[in-house]
Amino acid sequence: MELTGADILVRCLQDEGIKHIFGYPGGAALHIYDALYKQDVVKHVLVRHEQGATHAADGYARATGKPGTVLVTSGPGVTNTVTGIATAYMDSIPMVVFSAQVSTAVIGDDAFQEVDAIGITRPCVKHNFLVKDVRDLAVTIKKAFYIATTGRPGPVLVDVPKDVTAAITEYEYPERIDMRSYSPSSRGHPKQIARAAELLLSAKRPIIYTGGGIVMGKAHQELTALVKHLGYPCTNTLMGLGGFPGDDPLFIGMLGMHGTYEANMSMHECDVMLCIGARFDDRITGDVKKFSPFARIIHIDIDPATIGKVVSAEIPIVGQAGAVLKELLAAIKRSDRTPDSEALKTWWKQIDDWRAVKSLEYDRKNTKVIKPQYVIEKLYELTGGDAYVTSDVGQHQMWAAQYYKFTEPMRWINSGGLGTMGFGLPAAMGVKMALPDATVACVTGEASILMCIQELATCKQYDLPIKIINLNNRYLGMVRQWQEFFYDRRYSHSYMDALPDFVKMAESFGHRGVLIDNPADVEGALKEVLADKDNLYFMDFITDQKENVYPMIAAGKGHHEMALQPGSLVDDSVTERELA
Amino acid sequence: MRRILSLLMENESGALSRVAGLFSARGYNIESLTVAPTEDHSLSRLTLVTKGSDQVIEQITKQLNKLVDVVKLMDLTDGAHIERELMLVKVLARDDLREEVKRLVDIFRGRIIDVTNDTYTIELTGNGDKIDAFIDALSVTDIVEVVRSGISGIARGSRALKL
Repeated sequence: MELTGADILVRCLQDEGIKHIFGYPGGAALHIYDALYKQDVVKHVLVRHEQGATHAADGYARATGKPGTVLVTSGPGVTNTVTGIATAYMDSIPMVVFSAQVSTAVIGDDAFQEVDAIGITRPCVKHNFLVKDVRDLAVTIKKAFYIATTGRPGPVLVDVPKDVTAAITEYEYPERIDMRSYSPSSRGHPKQIARAAELLLSAKRPIIYTGGGIVMGKAHQELTALVKHLGYPCTNTLMGLGGFPGDDPLFIGMLGMHGTYEANMSMHECDVMLCIGARFDDRITGDVKKFSPFARIIHIDIDPATIGKVVSAEIPIVGQAGAVLKELLAAIKRSDRTPDSEALKTWWKQIDDWRAVKSLEYDRKNTKVIKPQYVIEKLYELTGGDAYVTSDVGQHQMWAAQYYKFTEPMRWINSGGLGTMGFGLPAAMGVKMALPDATVACVTGEASILMCIQELATCKQYDLPIKIINLNNRYLGMVRQWQEFFYDRRYSHSYMDALPDFVKMAESFGHRGVLIDNPADVEGALKEVLADKDNLYFMDFITDQKENVYPMIAAGKGHHEMALQPGSLVDDSVTERELA
Repeated sequence: MRRILSLLMENESGALSRVAGLFSARGYNIESLTVAPTEDHSLSRLTLVTKGSDQVIEQITKQLNKLVDVVKLMDLTDGAHIERELMLVKVLARDDLREEVKRLVDIFRGRIIDVTNDTYTIELTGNGDKIDAFIDALSVTDIVEVVRSGISGIARGSRALKL
């Protein structure tokens, strides 16, 4: 059948099984928008800013594991997507972005709304394509989805000039695609897996440290089976939360800069470390020179370039997390060895001592001012850990990660790598669009939320009853915290003056707003809002301005040098209380 | 360590900028880079010379292999190999220097490929050291301009970079 390029693009989306595309029209994209108008299989969601489209598609992908899709026009349409594309790139999220381009005849002439989309996005995409001939369109789109969703996932951009969307050719969507230059490996090397099994079983002080690779790789069941079989402690990165049940006794909390004392001390003292789907990010390792000095490291990752990038591994295994973990567990069961139960008992005794420090303790009983941690704890209790929680970036993000126990993967949706303020609301929109029956909460702060606030209008248009939990401390909290610790309390531009009345603002968008400034009202207000499945609520919690995120590993420190919160009982021989 | 990496890439617009962009984005060094299509016109062959610790070189090769346009990669310096560079150099050649420069060209087995009353244009191939040595030797006269192609290389024996 002969179709125009615009119709082909939309047919490809249909044939790829895409249900939603987030976008914003403009001149160069008009043929494509016309093609969208003529069908009702792919639902287009009109955002209010292209950044919102990418974050919404990103949230959609993180909650479902399916690729998020975006459609924007040329020029400013594309440049506005860059932050969202980079966000997805840093966290390895599958996404396909279609950008319209000026006609091939005028590319390079500085035409109206022309920008070099390929050049601008190159450093933050897994791959990108400029389609110059309509005959290449369908196969390029197939490649884009294939690349975005296989191996280490990531965003792919397809730039389509306007004349290509008008040109006509025979439509055929390829069923599968073979690329000589791209064939991600999936299965780990059997010999390496056997070696890893033996090393794991020889451990006296083991730790299993996992990241986003378990979540997006859908390997949580294999991970849980392995951890439970071995009885070893498991810690998750910020991106990996939910990969292992957060309420399991074998879970020792998040690790890294704001991880738990027990997780970081275990990382420091371990003799064997199994790392899966994580990348030894600087927020995880602290000072690399002081990182896990006794550890023999097994590193499993789908991306060979991640292995040995920051920390060298004794046993590198390249492969898909789930497949490798399955074989690893089989190898462990086949082995003559069993875990050293005596050593494990001693190790767990040690970990329990670290746990007893209660590094996440805070002033729970405060009746004068709302503690932000308390709001998250109540949110967790009242949702039974069953909500999809998106966040923005800063203190509230760390508190959400610390105090909401994620028992399932793909429930915790945040910008870990790029740290993009403004991510939370549009991401929540994407989640709610994908999963209309789910409870979706956006934990945010009064600074972050304003960065993509325009999406409240999208939420109204598409009836997306998200619950916005605004932890309002009138500061760029994390910036203020660093200024307090490291810049002698010179609070340069971290105070949020002239804030809007968030309740009225929500109402003006057609939503509901509620202000909570008394700790006694937190639980009741949350209950009421969560019970209302029909309306979007903006909950403005006026929280303690001076609260800081603890515990914390300061820059240049090791895992064993955490600063714990003031007043907690710590053996000073094992910790330096640098900041308290 | 100095390394010569040889890549087969899809012969598509933008492939070269992906390689160059990778080096600048990740802070790796490029000493020289040369690229042209192969006998199979769907493929380009790119040769680049870089320097770094073993760990950095490992990262460079892994990151290059990750680029979707890179089909195959070989580190020529892993085994016996031949490296060559082409230089075109224009020098002043007047009076008795004409004979002196010609003698130097002969010694280095170069060729004079263009002659004017005042200048010679010389073609010379060899490895980097030989070309550096020739430039040093040319100090007897004035160099007008130098064009170097960057290093190309090929493995010795049966080892080959092909699909």
